Amino acid sequence: MAVSLAVFIGFLVAAALLIHPFGHPPAEMDDYIIQNTQSETGTNNAVTAVVFDYRGFDTLGEATILFTAVTGVVMLFRKKKKEEG
Amino acid sequence: MSKIVRSMASLLTLFVFIYGLYIIMHGHLTPGGGFQGGAVFASGVALFIVAFGSDYLHKSLKEHNLSVLESSGALVFIGLAFGGLAVVFFYNFLVGSPIFGHIPAFGSNPGDMWTGGVIPFMNLAVGLKVLAGLSAILLVMALATNVAEVEE
Amino acid sequence: MTGGIPFNGPFVAVAILIGIAFYIMVSKRNMIKLVMGLSVLASGVNLFLITLGYREGGVAPIYTNAPPGIMVLPVPQALTLTSIVIAVAILALMLSMIVHIYRHTGSTDSEKSRIMKG
Repeated sequence: MAVSLAVFIGFLVAAALLIHPFGHPPAEMDDYIIQNTQSETGTNNAVTAVVFDYRGFDTLGEATILFTAVTGVVMLFRKKKKEEG
Repeated sequence: MSKIVRSMASLLTLFVFIYGLYIIMHGHLTPGGGFQGGAVFASGVALFIVAFGSDYLHKSLKEHNLSVLESSGALVFIGLAFGGLAVVFFYNFLVGSPIFGHIPAFGSNPGDMWTGGVIPFMNLAVGLKVLAGLSAILLVMALATNVAEVEE
Repeated sequence: MTGGIPFNGPFVAVAILIGIAFYIMVSKRNMIKLVMGLSVLASGVNLFLITLGYREGGVAPIYTNAPPGIMVLPVPQALTLTSIVIAVAILALMLSMIVHIYRHTGSTDSEKSRIMKG
């Protein structure tokens, strides 16, 4: 098991060295977003505009996940009511 | 907990709540927004539970009220998403209209509060949902592990 | 490859974090330690998402009183927000299930609570 773990970590380190160099990512979509945020959405915050306007559907899915987790936790800790009679 | 902890906690919880609501409200100008402000608010509730005990909080705050608050936040979010259905599902239909619709000049500027379109309302809805949900999780788990110690 | 291999410091740190998390999850038997390993794995993945979008000498992508300079990419930061919230939801559900298993079987060893035996 130690051999397979060492091979896995070696593969991860080799993959980390072959991604693009650290300060220069390929970015065409983000250049468009930075140029046109203030005229299309009207906010000063580009990250909030991406979360709620350009990709609002992902935020809807994440709100559903949070709701499901809260429902599951509250359901697991219910007490059984003793029936009287 | 002792007298010093209880008096300091009842003073500091108010400031943590105000800080969390400030982060939620100014989400379209400064870094922050709905999720971050809701998490800060829930950590204020965690401070209150640790200092005073969960039985003291359970007398005035039931899980049923927190569940109603969370569901209303989710419904307001989906209602705002359906509001722009004339063009597309999540369309920002308040940009240019007199309610929240100023458009800022391009480049670095001191922020104007009445910008942003439909985004400040979405920040409030998601912030309400996150603070009610995380507070409900904290309260239910503190109550369950508290009662188990008393029974044994 | 035409040039030399670039020394990406943060990407190698992410690879080491994920490797440590996998070692914890494979070799420990206590259930709380498994949950801790999962939390380290989630932190490693969030760090990887943020360091994908760094431009050299950049400032935060916010226009309110912004200092002059080029801005870093805003899309990976938005994806990391979603990932952090999902990690919190997973952690809450796993911890409440551990409390139930402890009340039902009486120990936190993952080998003693197998359902299918024989």
